[in-house]
Amino acid sequence: MELLLASGIGVLTAAGVWLLLRARTFPVMLGLTLLSYAVNLFIFSMGRLAINAPPVIREGVERYADPLPQALVLTAIVIAFAMTALLLALSVRMGYDTGGDHVDGGGGRP
Amino acid sequence: MIQVLGHLPVVPIVLPLMSAALIVALGDVRRPAACRAVSIGSCASLVLAALVLLGWSATGEPAVYSVADWPAPYGVVLVLDRLSAVMLLLTALLSVAVSWFAARGWDAQGRHFHALLQLQLMGLNGAFLTGDLFNLFVFFELLLIASYGLMLHGGGVRRQRATLHYIVCNLVASTLFLFAVSLLYGVTGTLNMADLALQVAAAPVEDAALVRSAGLILLVVFAVKAAVLPLGFWLRDGYANASPPVACMFSLMTKVGIYAIVRTCTLIFGEDAGVGADLVGQWLVPLGIATLLAASIAALACRNLAELVACMVVTSVGSMLIGAGVFSAQGLSAALFYLVHSTFAVALLFLLAGEIAHERGALGCDLLPGPRPSRWHLAPLFFFAAIAAAGLPPVSGFIAKVGILQGATDGAWPAASWAAVFASSLLLVIALARSGSMLFWRPGDGAPAAVAEVRAGARMPLARASTGPVWFLAGTLLLLTAGARPVQSFMDAAAAQLLQPSGYVDTVIRPDLVGPPDLIGPGTDRLRTQGVPPGAVQPGAGGGGT
Repeated sequence: MELLLASGIGVLTAAGVWLLLRARTFPVMLGLTLLSYAVNLFIFSMGRLAINAPPVIREGVERYADPLPQALVLTAIVIAFAMTALLLALSVRMGYDTGGDHVDGGGGRP
Repeated sequence: MIQVLGHLPVVPIVLPLMSAALIVALGDVRRPAACRAVSIGSCASLVLAALVLLGWSATGEPAVYSVADWPAPYGVVLVLDRLSAVMLLLTALLSVAVSWFAARGWDAQGRHFHALLQLQLMGLNGAFLTGDLFNLFVFFELLLIASYGLMLHGGGVRRQRATLHYIVCNLVASTLFLFAVSLLYGVTGTLNMADLALQVAAAPVEDAALVRSAGLILLVVFAVKAAVLPLGFWLRDGYANASPPVACMFSLMTKVGIYAIVRTCTLIFGEDAGVGADLVGQWLVPLGIATLLAASIAALACRNLAELVACMVVTSVGSMLIGAGVFSAQGLSAALFYLVHSTFAVALLFLLAGEIAHERGALGCDLLPGPRPSRWHLAPLFFFAAIAAAGLPPVSGFIAKVGILQGATDGAWPAASWAAVFASSLLLVIALARSGSMLFWRPGDGAPAAVAEVRAGARMPLARASTGPVWFLAGTLLLLTAGARPVQSFMDAAAAQLLQPSGYVDTVIRPDLVGPPDLIGPGTDRLRTQGVPPGAVQPGAGGGGT
């Protein structure tokens, strides 16, 4: 499971960085989204992987999952969602105003 | 009464939030005057609160405010030390000028200016006060998302393009911030900055690579915010195209990055930080020198006053890094003094650029011969602001620069630092003198046809002339010059406090306050020191929640 998670984060990050370096707004936004998925998984894994362990203290339970990274991930998801929505709105507006989806506006500089 | 006063540290965060909600509820189209009054009133109250808090912090001990009364390593705390108090007062004073200036008509160019301004103030104040690393991230995001809205204020394709670049750069930085924060949490099991200082210092050698890479990623994040050389190219277009009151507020934004660098490098990665010690010591000064020189050369190439001022924002970042990067009491204190001075000086220049652009109509503040600004006070004020921003003698910038130079002699790069500071002062004086003589002494017949055509499509400022806020900022600079001695001694005390992080840590983490025993469990400390994953143990430390 560690290998799966680690390589998942790695692939997501690599794909995110590659897309981020594109010159069109939509791939850039997808790249940022993938990066935020990667970082969410990363935060989650920083609480260590625990299977079938409750996050809240209970009678007679020895092993716990760390609840804090779960709260952090929740916050990070909300923030990334809001930012992506804003970026999407801005890109669409820029597309209408400049007639293209290049990150520099219009069809891009020649 | 005492009970109520005890909640004062949270006021700079809660008050702007409430004001923003009130402004949205009032509606800035239906009741513009009421919205302006609420906004200016909120900013003025923030000045009062910041003054009281400054008095608190001057007593020496940092004041700790536990949010929702959760004790330190387990809940989010707000910590008020001298540095935080200075930053709060700086933010509040600047916000008065910004809201006042905007209320003269600039805010009517778009929607929700004052609400966004108040939200940004909330984020700024929170970032300066919080004692929790994840909470710092949340406040960064708050101030950033408000700044995206503000940067777009007034619309136009140029603003959209600059804002898009700004958003993408900052989103990448935010992602890196999360990587760094969670990496630190994974290694140390805490997010409270004071507790992090203890845990990083106690971290075993095996974790050195993880701790140090987390620290360096944090430095990259803060360097993006502060527009340090290879990471600061988003700044010039964004600031130069922003509406003048917005640019004026943004003159503080890079300082948040500097604040965060200083805070983390003294507190978490200070001299006594074990594996994390001396993490960025050798990096900051050369980065500062490179930033300073590159921005000064860029300033020479500017063909627009707003662009020139944006370059001066970056030069001030370079100077501060040269001072702060030495991490001596002298250097830090001078850098903090320069931080306050340069924020006001650059903010004043941004407002003046807006005024001049307003007077020149279609020419804007492009450095082309045009009609002479009609109001008499613009030229002397520009002269004064230029002297202040370049750091020439009679004004406080000179005092700060001398301090930075003195501090640099203790560092590893004294000769290069001195050369860079002198060279940049010379280049800035040339650039400012050239633009001043072009704007005020070279009358022309208005815009060349090509420029007028380009500008005709852009939305022209609707604003009325606004003398008050400009004089307010100029007066603040004069006060800073006249009161340089008490301010400098306060900064000396602030620097001394920063270089003694044990005082901060001891105030925040108090053994008698560490949580109810049934919640923490007997084995926590033992497991933590044995390096057992925090996940197996913790009832949760630090911030979180949505």
